[in-house]
Amino acid sequence: MESFTGGRLPPDDVVVAALRAGDEAMFATLLDTWSRGMLWLARSHVSTNDSAEEVVQDTWLAVIKGIDGFEGRSSVKTWIYRILVNTARKRGVRENRTVPWSSVFEQERPTVDRSSFQGVDDPLPGHWKYLPAIWPTPAPEGELLAAEVRVRIGAALAELPPRQRTVITLRDVEGCTSEEVCEILDISAANQRVLLHRARAAVREQLEDYFETARRSA
Amino acid sequence: MKRFSCDELVELVTAFLENDLDESTRSRFEEHLVGCEGCEHYLSQFRTTVDALGTLRVETPGAPRHEGLPGDEGLSRATRDRLMSAFRDRRTA
Ligand SMILES: [Zn+2]
Repeated sequence: MESFTGGRLPPDDVVVAALRAGDEAMFATLLDTWSRGMLWLARSHVSTNDSAEEVVQDTWLAVIKGIDGFEGRSSVKTWIYRILVNTARKRGVRENRTVPWSSVFEQERPTVDRSSFQGVDDPLPGHWKYLPAIWPTPAPEGELLAAEVRVRIGAALAELPPRQRTVITLRDVEGCTSEEVCEILDISAANQRVLLHRARAAVREQLEDYFETARRSA
Repeated sequence: MKRFSCDELVELVTAFLENDLDESTRSRFEEHLVGCEGCEHYLSQFRTTVDALGTLRVETPGAPRHEGLPGDEGLSRATRDRLMSAFRDRRTA
């Protein structure tokens, strides 16, 4: 939970009380802390950056309107993200950009290229043909990931189907728990896991490509 | 009990990391891992991937920018001002 709330914001009851009391500094802090992540997420559902900004704006307006009625059954951030996702989906429908969220059926193809494994005529069918490489040790805690790696990950995320992208963004980038993601997106735990796994596998594949190229040119 | 092959194991990595495997599947997973360097490497690559994604988190004020990622600039000045004044006006509304 620490990571999800950013570690710097006060507990939810304090945040809610401050907002209800009209504390502008608190509202500004939330805006500045969460809006970038919200824009990023909104962008998976709508077709332009301007649209995404409007989605985020409408979300905050709904928060302003709804804060007195907030019942605290979820965390403040989960509540806000639910509003965000619903607003973004409606907007996406209007822009004809929406993938049917209710349908669970991602392609059933394997997440790792079949050619990485031995075939039926090989000695150990289904086992690795080429051993996955050992990647360089990740940068020490706090140190920034190589800019190039971040760009690769950004590109990989951009190519994901929207549902996978939303789930992996909430889970691995934003640091939500699986329960929170299920609540925000109204999906089952099993569905969440499938989407997350496919998305992670796709990002891993991009990184493998990156490390392989780096190794060859070294 | 049937042993996993590597191509089966790779599909269970997230379920394994989420602690969602039932006990017997989990122990088969772990048994395979002990004897298979390839899957051990794969799992480690997967973990590195998840860690790397976490470094993209943009919510910390003053966090490093990620050029080219949507949302990187944050809200425009105009939108932010509009929202601040909507918040201010809410008590009188
Ligand atoms: Zn294996």
